[in-house]
Amino acid sequence: MESVHPPVNSVLRKTPLNALHRRLGAKMVNFGGWDMPVEYPASGGLVAEHKAVRNGVGVFDVSHMGDIRIHAAKQPGGALQAVQHLTMNDASKLVVGQAQYSAMLYPEGTFVDDVIVHRLGEDDYLLVINAGTREKDIGWVKKNTAHFDCTVEDLSDNYTQLAIQGPQAIDVLCKLTDADLDGVKNYWFTHGTVCGLKNTLIARTGYTGEDGFEIYIPAHVTTSERVWNAVIDAGKEFGIVPCGLGARNTLRLEAKMALYEHEINDTINVWEAGLERYCKMDKGDFVGRRGLEKARAAGVQRTLVGLEMVERGIARDGYRCLDESGKVIGVVTSGSPAPTLGKNIALAYVPPGLSAIGTPVYVEIRAQRCKAQVVPTPFYKRIRKASAK
Amino acid sequence: MGYPTQYRYTKEHEWIEAKGDTATIGITDYAQHELGDVVFVELPAAGSKLTAGKTFGSVESVKAVSEIYAPASGEVVTANGELQNKPETINSDPHGAGWLIKIKLANPADVNTLMDAAAYEAYIEEKKKEASA
Repeated sequence: MESVHPPVNSVLRKTPLNALHRRLGAKMVNFGGWDMPVEYPASGGLVAEHKAVRNGVGVFDVSHMGDIRIHAAKQPGGALQAVQHLTMNDASKLVVGQAQYSAMLYPEGTFVDDVIVHRLGEDDYLLVINAGTREKDIGWVKKNTAHFDCTVEDLSDNYTQLAIQGPQAIDVLCKLTDADLDGVKNYWFTHGTVCGLKNTLIARTGYTGEDGFEIYIPAHVTTSERVWNAVIDAGKEFGIVPCGLGARNTLRLEAKMALYEHEINDTINVWEAGLERYCKMDKGDFVGRRGLEKARAAGVQRTLVGLEMVERGIARDGYRCLDESGKVIGVVTSGSPAPTLGKNIALAYVPPGLSAIGTPVYVEIRAQRCKAQVVPTPFYKRIRKASAK
Repeated sequence: MGYPTQYRYTKEHEWIEAKGDTATIGITDYAQHELGDVVFVELPAAGSKLTAGKTFGSVESVKAVSEIYAPASGEVVTANGELQNKPETINSDPHGAGWLIKIKLANPADVNTLMDAAAYEAYIEEKKKEASA
């Protein structure tokens, strides 16, 4: 067999927790130019990490994510105008302390990146962006906000970002903070003292399809390691494990959350990706709106569907999809065994006419055709407790 | 986990144990560790011909597919059917119950050209150094 991990390149970027991951014996991979842990064999590896998040709690270092703050320069209102122009969701609906899933689009209606927009203050917004698209995103934001009365700051290197995820994430974090976590609803955030660090941003967000929190702490190595270790200690009684990008990927795939360069990219538009509920065409003009109108009028040529393998075989990213006659009809964007479901699942783009639930689709796996079928998505949906609403 | 001294090893991390003109083939402990949780194995049927250095099947973990290369030429006698339902055996016992196939060797002497256990262990030490550099 061939080694799945290329040697680590010394120009890779590192988070403040890099040395800690290596001390923990994590397997490291190059993810979008970052040297990141993919799994921690010492605590059971990918499947154990995945299950810990579904059933208990796990912690991820997601400091590679970028952070862009857009706030008012002189007159209040300029930042909101800039965010509304830049992103497809309606940021005017946000109150202070609330966040929303959104995206920045090219004029054609295709994706620059997907983002979470947080309203920090009266005219003050934080956009959390992807690691692999950081420089592109920051350039894009600066270029497209130049004519608004606002200040753009790249805070990406200021924060260590930890994602504490799972039904017991709240039990772990409440041991470390004075903040009222029960009062923070899904996609809301607060500020509180965490491990003695005052005014820490605590958001009830994540990328796992599970309840959980993301906290933003100063990007100092010693501070970052101290907080990480405090989270691990606080989580011991709940069986917390460190989790890598491998579990992060299988968890988000089960929950059908998009991954940049897979389900979304600069050639795929909002309609194709099925993200229209986060796109508010009637909120006023924004970059990509006219492109989306055109694309809608022209008709959608492909649509993202969930597939479940019927025959033995695992669909992987980039594999081709065929119809019953053997004609190529599309491509798999993400595919993997799904540890929670015990099935092999995939997301794929196919023509709308072949997207109905139950439609047979064949995936070409190393020159063999393996039968799959279109299934409802998300593949996994958590049962929300009344208190988590 | 130790590397049995009676086995020979490839740079692609397969092992082969020859007894006369038949041999058993598997992947090494290093390989299973690199892959992570094995969830799927695809092996050739009895009677399939193998060519040294060419791929004959694949082992998949949750996150990756790895092709398996034939350490020597020959014909498949049997594949390890147990792996279809318990692919994780490759993780728990890669050098024993996690074997992949048994073959009839075309040229039994070819096996001796592969690395012995000491050479293989030195080889993977180098790999580990590269990975942590």
